[in-house]
Amino acid sequence: MMVKRLEFDHGLEEMTELLVEMGRRVEKALVESMDALKNSNVEKAKKIVGADHELNLLEEKIAEIGAKLIATQQPVAKDLRRILIAFKISSDLERMGDLSVDIAKSVIRLDGQELFKPLIDLPRMSEIVAVMIRESLQSYVDENVDLAYKSAKDDDQVDALYSQIIREMFSFMVENPKMVSQAMLLSFVGRYIERIADHATNIAESVVYLMTGKRPDLNQ
Amino acid sequence: MNSIIEINDLDLYYGEFHALKGVNMEIPEKAITAFIGPSGCGKSTLLRTFNRMNDMIAGTRIEGKVEIAGTDIYSGDVDVETLRKRVGMVFQQPNPFPKSIYDNVAYGPRLHGITDRKKLDEIVETSLRSAALWNEVKDHLKRSAGSISGGQQQRLCIARALAVEPDILLMDEATSALDPISTLKIEELAQELKDRYTIVMVTHNMHQAARVSQQTVFFLNGEVVEYSETEKLFSNPTDQRTEDYISGRFG
Repeated sequence: MMVKRLEFDHGLEEMTELLVEMGRRVEKALVESMDALKNSNVEKAKKIVGADHELNLLEEKIAEIGAKLIATQQPVAKDLRRILIAFKISSDLERMGDLSVDIAKSVIRLDGQELFKPLIDLPRMSEIVAVMIRESLQSYVDENVDLAYKSAKDDDQVDALYSQIIREMFSFMVENPKMVSQAMLLSFVGRYIERIADHATNIAESVVYLMTGKRPDLNQ
Repeated sequence: MNSIIEINDLDLYYGEFHALKGVNMEIPEKAITAFIGPSGCGKSTLLRTFNRMNDMIAGTRIEGKVEIAGTDIYSGDVDVETLRKRVGMVFQQPNPFPKSIYDNVAYGPRLHGITDRKKLDEIVETSLRSAALWNEVKDHLKRSAGSISGGQQQRLCIARALAVEPDILLMDEATSALDPISTLKIEELAQELKDRYTIVMVTHNMHQAARVSQQTVFFLNGEVVEYSETEKLFSNPTDQRTEDYISGRFG
């Protein structure tokens, strides 16, 4: 006879909803900070920095629900893994939020300077990463290992673009020493986006762990 | 790990009811093996085959083999009393005899012919120490066993089982009638005893199986669904029915 564990299942659903909400906010923070960068929009960047604490609150809320479920419901096996990865995913998302804030802070440091060239590769990178965020979380919601692997695979494209950007920036800095500061900031933005992709890959790893009980290393 | 109990193609019937179906299993020596599963799944029935307690139930029929240390315990020449001396048992409800604490522990050794007072004193003290009860009762050994707490009574029953120097200790839901502190004491005791004895426990408390045992067996409808190391069974079971049961979604 199958039995429903209503309170436990309700707690798990609540954690999933909060994680999806965190993912939605992280994606928004990334897209908007890149938009602020393209348009040198310092005001928009400041708003993004100001909104980050909401993400931290969501992470705390997830930790609170998970701790309560462990203490009162004594989960085992997949139920326990579900809670453990919710902690891990929320921590990854919180870091992704911080990195989006770092992009916004770079916009503030540029302080409206005109960019030395139109941005092409950085937006391409961020578009791929936005899809990775969405798909890695969708793989969590649907418990879809194939989608988790697909999402992690996209990290290769991000890494390739990041290497290309760094090479370009170095060449540019050698040729234009006066623009070193801006080129450095844009290199850092590339680094922040690349790190966000690594955290999205961690989410995919967590989904594989949830479904198989084994920890893959997809961040290679 | 060496196995001490070997079960081959075991079927057990209570009249028409097929209670155990084709059980094959090896139980390791000097370790704790836990049997879990919903009520009526056969876990207690299997436990009771190890000291032939099912013999007392009319209409019980057994096919297959149960070997303890290489001896088929259902072969005609096995003396059941000797078997039960080697395979002690502790039950759900503490069942001390209406005698003194001392006489409860000395009962088995006396039955097996030990009369020397000094030798009996020694057995009583060693058994009570092994059952982690000595310090609590050493000054009241003549007191009635019924006057101590339920948790102490259960440890007294363990001491009584240990007094005849068994190889195997069977615990049939031995803590289900106890409060959490007494339960914890019995669990700690089982951990200490496993270095010297083989312990097989039936428990309805899955978290107890997870805390205490090294091996866990999950039964359903008289069959063994999964038998593996406890850590593996509770973290990543192979069979979906095990997962559903330990997650509280089935049973």
